[in-house]
Amino acid sequence: MMTVDLTSPAFHRALLGALCVSFGSAPIGVFLVLRRMSLIGDVIAHAILPGTAAAFIMYGFSLAAMSVGGVIAGLAVALAAGVVTRVTALREDASLAAFYLIAVAAGVMMLALHGSAQNLEDVLFGNAQSLTPDAVWMMTGTCAVTIVTMLAIYRPLVVESFDPVFLRSVGGRGGLVHAVFIGLAVLNMVESYRAMGTLMSAGLMLIPAISAQFWTRNLRMMIAVAVGIAAVSSISGLVVAMGAHVPPGPAIILIAGAIYLFSLCLGRFGSVRAKYFPARHLAH
Amino acid sequence: MCVPVTLHNLSAGYDRHPAVHHVSGQFPDASMTAIVGPNGGGKSTLLKCLAGFVPPMTGHIDFGGLSPRDIAYLPQQFEIDRTFPISVLETVMLGHWPRTGAWGRYTARHRAEAMDALALVGMRDFAARPVVSLSTGQWQRVLFARLSLQRAKLILLDEPFAAIDGRTTHDLLHVLEQWQGAGRTIICVMHDFALVRDHFPQTMLLARDLVAWGVTAAVMNDANLARATASASHWDDRAGLCAVDKGAA
Repeated sequence: MMTVDLTSPAFHRALLGALCVSFGSAPIGVFLVLRRMSLIGDVIAHAILPGTAAAFIMYGFSLAAMSVGGVIAGLAVALAAGVVTRVTALREDASLAAFYLIAVAAGVMMLALHGSAQNLEDVLFGNAQSLTPDAVWMMTGTCAVTIVTMLAIYRPLVVESFDPVFLRSVGGRGGLVHAVFIGLAVLNMVESYRAMGTLMSAGLMLIPAISAQFWTRNLRMMIAVAVGIAAVSSISGLVVAMGAHVPPGPAIILIAGAIYLFSLCLGRFGSVRAKYFPARHLAH
Repeated sequence: MCVPVTLHNLSAGYDRHPAVHHVSGQFPDASMTAIVGPNGGGKSTLLKCLAGFVPPMTGHIDFGGLSPRDIAYLPQQFEIDRTFPISVLETVMLGHWPRTGAWGRYTARHRAEAMDALALVGMRDFAARPVVSLSTGQWQRVLFARLSLQRAKLILLDEPFAAIDGRTTHDLLHVLEQWQGAGRTIICVMHDFALVRDHFPQTMLLARDLVAWGVTAAVMNDANLARATASASHWDDRAGLCAVDKGAA
């Protein structure tokens, strides 16, 4: 029998943390998916692991150190993959795959040598108990920074995503916008790994965004739907995790996954239903 | 007030191979010029060079005081991701960019001007439609509406009528002629010789080297066209260094 004390401060912190992660990550996920960069999201999430592990080994369970380590590792791999694609003949998906597989192996090996099995599981799959007041403050701050920055770069980011040549022709700084966007993605992955685990944090960024594609063709609506799906998944996932004493990351992603399967089958645009059971055609 | 755009000994290309080779000449103020020539003859490269996307290898372009924001560039259609969830009106509104930039607020006047621009190309009723639902011709009309909002003095178009039906081509050529009448300079890469003869007063015939440039009737004769075809078939991966540079550079 699972019980969750809905009045406990721990539950309220988890709720706030889940909402912050949803409002920060889901809009970034929508742009990642639309820019055909879903894989990059996955790569960044995995790349964070060795950075956090190194910080954990050197400074113990320090919030700030692990965040900084994660951000550094995430940016380094995003940058390295970009350089390798430009400099060598390797295609981007291949070089990214190689980088994140190496990063995960390095991170797991570091934790296996210097940490405990419990540390490893917490970092990989998240731990709702690790949502301390400090951690939730940092998540709130990250969420606020993300929303303000996304509003500031919204118009150039839209243009850079769908017509980069136009942006360049009117003198827009496409490269800068791209770099700021990737930076936000890394920051949000790092902030969500405490609740989600590094292996799962890309899931909450991407799965709601992918699901939202099936419901609307309006960008703002798409972002709203993605945030909604992320919020429902993360809140209910955390409740399940706290009540049933399972890692929150997989619980959240499985719920988001169920919503994805539902959208895939029954969504309004491009779903199985839309393909095989279309509504009657219009007059013109 | 517009001034002529002048090419001085311009070469441009990729990987040391010039696609445009020592071209000099002038696009007169408020002129409408077609650039024609064989595939690989450097037409798109010259346009990209004018748009500032490809740096010159030799020589330079004198824009006569035009700043980059006075220049609008419409590349070939496939460079845009039309599956992106954006509406026709939102796309056209981007034409205000030279005035709003990344952060400027859109006002009711901006919106009204965008609707007028859509009316100019016969797409007013499509304002709310997502761009993915448009045909190729309708989409080109929308891009012309956005161009018109940019209010550029120099307009560069790369094969704007490729894969476009006759009616749309006719309508959009009319828009180009209106812009020229309003004092804008138009430079347009074209493939359809009949359209060039009927609608473009000036023509540049380019086959890496400049074959002919001037009044269309004088440029588009059989001798020039034969020369353009012949010179385009010379391509050598192991080309030696250009001899012209020894004196010029």
